[in-house]
Amino acid sequence: MNYYQPEKECASVEEIRSWQSEKLVKQVKHAYDNLPYYRDLMDRSGVKPEDIKSIDDLHKLPFISKYDLRDAYPYGFLAVDKSEVVRIQSTSGTTGRRVIAFYTQHDVDLWEECCARAIVAAGGSKEDIVQVAYGYGLFTGGAGLHGGSHRVGSMTLPMSSGNTERQIQFMQDLGSTILCCTPSYAAYIGEVLKSMNLKPNVDIKLKAGIFGAEPWTEEMRRGIEKSLGIKAYDIYGLTEISGPGVAFECCEQHGMHINEDHFVAEIINPETGEVLPEGQKGELVFTCLDKQAFPMIRYRTRDICVLKREKCSCGRTFIKMAKPMGRSDDMLIIRGVNVFPSQIEAVLLEQGYQPNYRIEVDRVDNSDTLDVFVEVTSDDFSDTVKDLTVKEKELSMAIRNMIGIGAKIHLVPIGSIERSEGKAKRVIDRRKLID
Amino acid sequence: MKVKQISIMIENKAGKLAEATSFLAAQGINLRALSIADTHDFGILRIIVDNPEAAYELLLKGGFLTKITEVFSVAVPDCPGGMDAIVKELSAAGIGIEYAYAFPSSDPDTAYMIFRVDNNEKAEKILNK
Repeated sequence: MNYYQPEKECASVEEIRSWQSEKLVKQVKHAYDNLPYYRDLMDRSGVKPEDIKSIDDLHKLPFISKYDLRDAYPYGFLAVDKSEVVRIQSTSGTTGRRVIAFYTQHDVDLWEECCARAIVAAGGSKEDIVQVAYGYGLFTGGAGLHGGSHRVGSMTLPMSSGNTERQIQFMQDLGSTILCCTPSYAAYIGEVLKSMNLKPNVDIKLKAGIFGAEPWTEEMRRGIEKSLGIKAYDIYGLTEISGPGVAFECCEQHGMHINEDHFVAEIINPETGEVLPEGQKGELVFTCLDKQAFPMIRYRTRDICVLKREKCSCGRTFIKMAKPMGRSDDMLIIRGVNVFPSQIEAVLLEQGYQPNYRIEVDRVDNSDTLDVFVEVTSDDFSDTVKDLTVKEKELSMAIRNMIGIGAKIHLVPIGSIERSEGKAKRVIDRRKLID
Repeated sequence: MKVKQISIMIENKAGKLAEATSFLAAQGINLRALSIADTHDFGILRIIVDNPEAAYELLLKGGFLTKITEVFSVAVPDCPGGMDAIVKELSAAGIGIEYAYAFPSSDPDTAYMIFRVDNNEKAEKILNK
């Protein structure tokens, strides 16, 4: 078993808690002293830094939400002098105002360390050739895995996303062994590989992939593993907390270990804010423990998921988070029912369709409509309208069974739905319920 | 007789049919017969060409969602009742017709019909008589 930092990754639970307590006290004081916005939040909650003596006091602290970041944009959560900042990264801003996160050199080091752990957990070492096909630039995906790969000492290919034929050319010419990108892009690369009549494990040498930044399903994992001839590992992170590498999968491929020496996770009831016991489903909340520039404390991620601490065969002791069941930002409320696009995707894959789809929600005559556009591949294509209509009905029923409401299915030929080279935009909500 | 028909799935959107027809034109594929089925979201362009295997390979390479199906091509008298006689026979044998289309021939007294049926074996006996 390989670890990047075994003394951290395999520490005892007592050790981890003692680090967390010690770091939390300092982190809260740092935020209180340097962030007037956060000091105000704490004052209004009636909590003083002195009240935080250990990790057990975490629940006393107020939450930070995306709205707070928006109010304090751009510098309101910068806790060090600007001269200490060496880097910024930013969210895409698709679900509201963009978030700009600041990093000191210490913060970058910490983040890259986390990504290095993820690469090693996926079987990476300095012998590997790591092809980073996440977008570079403001997006944390490219920078994070790039930095992690450097730390591990792997040959790092800073490809960025897009130009798929060139990606494949580099895989063939240089023999890349690990691919890092979004899962939808990995699936797309697999499709292109097939259309070029190239064989995984023969024409390319990839053995593992580290995929994250958007929700994906187990079926999608199996599809990618098959089409690229690899083991596909999940990685989790968000710009507010640092970027990818907040949590990562190990050889078990069953839940992601949270880097608990740097981040504390809680699951709360999103309605009441109450902390839920381990194993219950709720909103994931993160607290950074040793961030200098952008110390998020009890930041509400809006991701819905479950935490579980169990003995892992990989030897790591860090608590595991399940794959998020959807980001509450992505959650659609259709005719009063909570619908996560990932649920619809799971049905499509289970029914043998490709993960190329588009969900359109609209409101017609005061009633919500749900339309799902799905691509037909040559395996399912029939020359009769009847057969295709039956397929549409079957799929509509399967979706109804999963989410409780019917969807109008629109089958379209393969290639009709726009491919993404970064985060896939699969949901179009035309209802304009809020301006 | 049995012939090979090529079907192409086309998104029901302005310009999509032209993509397919321009491609066929550019590849020099002559259409002997054709029909278009349409639904709200997609259409199926069905064509009969001289060399279906070659056309199929070209279409696949061109990125079209396409398929080869065996259908029957039948010469019928080009007069009232010409089609009726054949449909009657098929229906008497319990053979379902999925779809059919007709095209003229150079002989003014004969037309051709393409049938896609639900039982090729049974139909073969009747149509090859």
